[in-house]
Amino acid sequence: MTEKRSIGRFRRRRSSRFAGIRNRLLGVGIFVLIGGQASAFTAYVSNEKSNTISVIDTDKFTVVKTIKVGQRPRGIGLTKDEKFILVAVGDDDTIQVIDTRTYEVVATLPSGPDPELFTQDQTGKILYVANENDNTVTIIDLERRVPLGEVQVGVEPEGMGLSPDGKTLVATSETSNMAHFIDTETRRIVANVLVDARPRFAEFKRDASEVWVSSEIGGTVSVVDPAKHEVKKKITFDIPGLRKEAIQAVGISITRDGKTGFVALGPANRIAVINGATHEVQKYLLVGQRVWHMAFTPDEKYLLTTNGVSNDVSIIDVANLRVIKTIQVGELPWGIAISQQ
Amino acid sequence: MIRLLLAGTFLFAWMSASTDAAEINIGYLRRTDAKSTLSLIQTPAANDGLAGARLAIDDNNTTGRFLDQQFSLEDVRLEGGADAVAATMALAERGVSLVIADLPADALLKAVDAGAPRKLLFFNVGAIDDRLREDECRANLIHTAPTRSMLADALAQYLVWKQWRRWLLVVGSHAEDKLYGDALRRSAKRFGARIVQDKVFEDTGGARRTDSGVVQIQRQLPVFTQGAPAYDVLVAADESEVFASYLPYRTWDPRPVAGSAGLVPTSWDASHDQWGAVQLQDRFMRQFSRRMTARDMQAWTAVRMIGEGVSRTRSADPKVMLDFLTGPDFALAAFKGQRLTLRDWNLQLRQPILLSDGRMIVSVSPQEGFLHQVSELDTLGIDRPETQCRLK
Repeated sequence: MTEKRSIGRFRRRRSSRFAGIRNRLLGVGIFVLIGGQASAFTAYVSNEKSNTISVIDTDKFTVVKTIKVGQRPRGIGLTKDEKFILVAVGDDDTIQVIDTRTYEVVATLPSGPDPELFTQDQTGKILYVANENDNTVTIIDLERRVPLGEVQVGVEPEGMGLSPDGKTLVATSETSNMAHFIDTETRRIVANVLVDARPRFAEFKRDASEVWVSSEIGGTVSVVDPAKHEVKKKITFDIPGLRKEAIQAVGISITRDGKTGFVALGPANRIAVINGATHEVQKYLLVGQRVWHMAFTPDEKYLLTTNGVSNDVSIIDVANLRVIKTIQVGELPWGIAISQQ
Repeated sequence: MIRLLLAGTFLFAWMSASTDAAEINIGYLRRTDAKSTLSLIQTPAANDGLAGARLAIDDNNTTGRFLDQQFSLEDVRLEGGADAVAATMALAERGVSLVIADLPADALLKAVDAGAPRKLLFFNVGAIDDRLREDECRANLIHTAPTRSMLADALAQYLVWKQWRRWLLVVGSHAEDKLYGDALRRSAKRFGARIVQDKVFEDTGGARRTDSGVVQIQRQLPVFTQGAPAYDVLVAADESEVFASYLPYRTWDPRPVAGSAGLVPTSWDASHDQWGAVQLQDRFMRQFSRRMTARDMQAWTAVRMIGEGVSRTRSADPKVMLDFLTGPDFALAAFKGQRLTLRDWNLQLRQPILLSDGRMIVSVSPQEGFLHQVSELDTLGIDRPETQCRLK
């Protein structure tokens, strides 16, 4: 046991020198990017089948470490201070807290049953969790690691999007086919917007002018006006040679300037690139099989996508809209989070 | 413009009918005579089918809470030979216009025709007869149950994909066994399998459970399958539960069994866990303390279709419902990995078919490589160009 651990540490020391430097810099409270190697961020990919997290160095684009976690890891994120990885392990009915220095599970959160996706407020103090099996959204105090309350939503909640000001939480329920707008202060639902079948993800634009909701079975993205609570535009996808049933919209990322949106199309094996202003599809990028979710590197130079069936991650060059590399990860990769420092 | 006016009228009717919440009462017609099965663990529960409908009512109401819509179910049990027509008329009298029906084909048609002048819309959740979607199709009858031809095609695609092309076909002696046998022969021809021998298993009567047990069966079945030409798989058509479940491990040659036993095509199985199905299976188990069957799923699907129709159109009018369900905006998520839609030419629900060995899902059809110009789901069952259905 001790031996194993020491080997783990040794590897860790060698493989993530930059992270070590980073932590030391953080320790004295200086926030600087490391010159020359500005893109050395760390990506964490949850592998739904192998019950692991693959740690990717985004400078070398290689897997530097594999962390064992609980059963069926899907939703994944980092605490705002980046001291911990949070991963929803649905079949263990909890969210595990993993130390980003030791890569060990140090705590669990009272997430409620079958947690899938979650989101944090800007301060990093509150976590909102979708409990798929329970028709609820659970609110957790991240510092004290205790539940603060819950909100009853529709059947099988999944997607969780928080408005930039933190005042509105959008939860999507897969069988009710709704985006529920929740006031985070009163914790009450203020509006319910019907979208297409099986909504799975919600993402706000940074200027809060729009929230995009993907519908997996409907195969569309609804662009919702968060003030009026109305669908103002429905983005559809038409790929020559692909039948409609194969086009299943899931993960969404939108650039900070709101000009470009990316939508994962599941078994269509493509990422749709969408003009943020006109909502027209500009391009389809062929990635791996059954693409689920994605995350930008903090500089927005790269977009990493998790490809569920081909067990890999595709790297997209955002400026040139090209897939430049594929990295093999664990079995059935699902979620992804990238460190900001 | 006319459509808009119509929609306006319905909306008005809706609002005047109920000032606060909309209440949608759905009828559920079923017979109470339970089928006896060879395997004890496959004996249907008393609420088989109905439980699925009840779960969907709950799911609809969770959604309906946000839209001021309240769904309820009225269970009508036809004891013995009770008249389906009278029960239908009684439902219509009480203002029910949407009816889930789990009835044999003939009784179903009687109920559907009796309900037609009263504008009742029916959902067939039990009968798999192709004729209900073909020469005897009805414009007020939607089918969530798959057809025999869909089930047979789903199985045939997999067997052909597996390169088990030489079939020993054994068909029971009852009418529905013969229908399933016909469907399997059609599938074999369609997908390139060859029936090397076509045998009938005569039902000579007798009890399904005896104190002397399996001793004789163990001797009879090998002899029955002895001397067959070389074959890859034994395909059995035995809806009457007379012999198929006795076949696995008892054939003269060591061969797999498919059809009514062994690898079985079905719309749902308790072991199905892909595409978020675990959530539904868990909900069902929590509520009813048993596993969810194909009939439960077919009823769940029908009630969810109604829920979708009501939440999208804000109407429970059967005409508005039917227009929506056959229109381009309808797509149902039902844990099968892709959207389910209606074939507008005969009102049959398109759906992937699971292939179960009783413990696990072995595969899901349509199989890769079976292509179609409209939807690959239309490689299962009788397709539009072949249909005899003329909806009026």
